[in-house]
Amino acid sequence: MDLNYTDEQKAFRAEVRSFLEENLPRRLSDKVAGGKRLTKADHEEWHAILNARGWLAANWPAEYGGTGWDAVRRHIFEEETTRAHAPRIVPFGINMLGPVLQKFGSQEQKAHYLPRILNGDDWWCQGYSEPGAGSDLASVKTSAVRDGDAYIVNGQKTWTTLGQHANMIFCLVRTSKEGKPQEGISFLLIDMESPGVEVRPIVLLDGEAEVNEVWFSDVRVPAENLVGEESKGWTYAKYLLTHERTNIAGVGFATAGLATLKRIARLEQSGGRPLIENPFFAARIAQVEIDLMAMATTNLRVIAKTASGQAPGAESSMLKVKGTVIRQQINALTRQAVGPYAMPFVSEALEEGGNAGPVGPDYAMPATQSYFNNRKLSIYGGSNEVQRQIISKAILEL
Amino acid sequence: MNFDLTEERQMLQDGLRRYLRDTVSPELLARATESEAGHSGALWAGLAEMGVIGALFPEEVGGFGGAGFDLALVFEEMGRAGAFEPLLETGVLAGGLIAEMGDDAQKALIEEIIAGAVQIAFAHAEPGSRYDLERVATSAEPGPEGYVLNGRKAVVAAAPSAQHFVVSARTGGAMADEDGISLFLVSAGVAGLSLRAYPVNGGGRAAEMTLENVALPRDALLGARGAAFPAIERAAARATAAVSAEALGLMEAIRALTTSYLRTRQQFGRPIGKFQALQHRMADMLIEIEQARSAVINLAGHLDAERTERERHVSATKNLIGRVARLVVEESIQMHGGIGMTQEYALAHLAKRLTMVDHRFGDADYHLERFIRLSAA
Ligand SMILES: Cc1cc2nc3c(=O)[nH]c(=O)nc-3n(C[C@H](O)[C@H](O)[C@H](O)COP(=O)(O)OP(=O)(O)OC[C@H]3O[C@@H](n4cnc5c(N)ncnc54)[C@H](O)[C@@H]3O)c2cc1C
Repeated sequence: MDLNYTDEQKAFRAEVRSFLEENLPRRLSDKVAGGKRLTKADHEEWHAILNARGWLAANWPAEYGGTGWDAVRRHIFEEETTRAHAPRIVPFGINMLGPVLQKFGSQEQKAHYLPRILNGDDWWCQGYSEPGAGSDLASVKTSAVRDGDAYIVNGQKTWTTLGQHANMIFCLVRTSKEGKPQEGISFLLIDMESPGVEVRPIVLLDGEAEVNEVWFSDVRVPAENLVGEESKGWTYAKYLLTHERTNIAGVGFATAGLATLKRIARLEQSGGRPLIENPFFAARIAQVEIDLMAMATTNLRVIAKTASGQAPGAESSMLKVKGTVIRQQINALTRQAVGPYAMPFVSEALEEGGNAGPVGPDYAMPATQSYFNNRKLSIYGGSNEVQRQIISKAILEL
Repeated sequence: MNFDLTEERQMLQDGLRRYLRDTVSPELLARATESEAGHSGALWAGLAEMGVIGALFPEEVGGFGGAGFDLALVFEEMGRAGAFEPLLETGVLAGGLIAEMGDDAQKALIEEIIAGAVQIAFAHAEPGSRYDLERVATSAEPGPEGYVLNGRKAVVAAAPSAQHFVVSARTGGAMADEDGISLFLVSAGVAGLSLRAYPVNGGGRAAEMTLENVALPRDALLGARGAAFPAIERAAARATAAVSAEALGLMEAIRALTTSYLRTRQQFGRPIGKFQALQHRMADMLIEIEQARSAVINLAGHLDAERTERERHVSATKNLIGRVARLVVEESIQMHGGIGMTQEYALAHLAKRLTMVDHRFGDADYHLERFIRLSAA
């Protein structure tokens, strides 16, 4: 048992830190720290900066242009970037599709798509969920029917995060109605500029249009866009989900959120004193901090087990549940901390250089919005109920 | 012991529930928030016509109610419908203060309030006061004809549609003293008073108010000079009962929505309400909402009790409501899944409105601390 990082790992942390000091644009970190809206161009700018350093694809092997880092280095990188309020890496190409193509894609697919992900030529989105297929993902209905050298796709995907920015979508589609529902699913790459694709925004309860509905009517997709074998898509889909869930603990985000909470609690006054000195509020902060300290180690324990670069198994469900609950508690405390100024809702104030200034302290509205928005953490990527189900089956064998 | 409504109250409840069900729609609420006034003129007129505003005032001032249980009934129905109108501000806070402290000329406004002809907001809290009622920095200095007010008021609910304000200001004492606070009846158009209006989470509008050398005549003073605090505390107690009852109505509406969603949403070949994991959580939610109902009854029944007894109930009820509100909001969104996150679905409005209840008149922790203090006394 040794809780310390090696010298080499410490040196790596220092290297990341100085890279961020020199290369993370202040404009971007201010936006992230201030809860301002990030544009597509903001994300692309940050991706390009990381890519220039060879650090965009932390989870890819070096042969594909990734870093080849082990889990500990990835963890250090994640901690440092969130601490510095860097924009998060848009996960769909890098963290989700990349690993699937590397494992199951054809030579041509790898040669074509992987560099395009790194260079920012393609913005991918994830077309898994449908109105009728959420937790029960195997019941997807969007159909792909073979027609010569193409598939004809019809159906609807939903909750497609940042689909409004995307030019490509990877989809689970039904190529067969035979056998178990899992058996007729295929994994298809679809160009969103194809005729018959329509994207409609969905506004979430924080007022932001973060997700979309994506409709397909008679969309022709070249057969070469099938990943792996027809009707084997479920295996690839599950492989992707295990990668989606790496780093699911979100310790970095929680740590950054806790720092913001404390900053706000120092600035807010309660009974004529800083809120952070109120014993009731201080106790709430302490409680979640204590949980987070243990969580960070739980996370490292799982990471150490998978240091070979493999995705963790059912343990990731544990990290997902506890990690999201901790983040949501931090969000709730931050909302509580801003007091009556949680009420004003001035959407324009989230715009960079907008005319409308914030009402009250500038951290207030983002605090409320994050509280509402982060209800999603326990819903997506496999809801916390589904994770508990996995824990009770796969770990407890109940 | 009798927990039934009187016949008149039952009639008011039935009528109000029916009226709101037929009148309030998501479109109406969205339009109201987007409008400059921040509320729906039609709904306000309808409520006045039904006698709902009058039900908030006692007979002495021309109303036909005004008891804790009248407030509870009206606001529970408003909550159930997800409706927002300046009822709390005009009918309970400003109107209540005028009814209690006003001279005859000032009290004449009550008749207009009850008729729906005038709206008045209560400008009390300030940027640094958080939930403390005694923390007033706005000053009222003697002026040539009466008083000159200077200061800032924060998140003044329903300010954009108000024709008058009841404004608190210090005529004496230090920043956090109970003594020395006075109330003034101020017309919205008075020189030196400016508003920055904005929409609020959960519907409606509020404003930041700046008072810059606002000159007021002597008769703008409401009640005795420097002695307004006890009335402010009583008004806040009544307002707390009202928002708590509104929260209860919101909880009931959310519970109904969630239950029916669990019955209809199918995953894995069956309604998700068949999964025991969700059944147990719905059951817990129901238990907690019943607790919330009892807490509202407790407070409504103690509004006329002596100070410590009354204020212990204020804090007990608001603490419990705050806790249950958070549970109901978070669980209902979670059990809906993605659909629970969307603005367009009815839950979003109800959940946001319910969340904001904890940001008015003190949050759960504020009242926990206060309850301990009051209980030790
Ligand atoms: C903000 C946001 C972004 C998203 N982004 C994407 C995206 O980019 N791409 C994509 O494909 N999807 C995305 N999703 C969809 C997400 O994966 C689904 O919302 C999620 O899988 C849950 O499905 P559902 O919403 O249909 O809820 P449902 O599956 O209908 O679940 C409703 C409730 O029932 C519970 N439940 C379901 N089954 C069981 C069971 N067996 N036992 C106990 N409880 C159960 C759930 O936990 C939940 O509480 C996103 C969702 C959100 C909210």
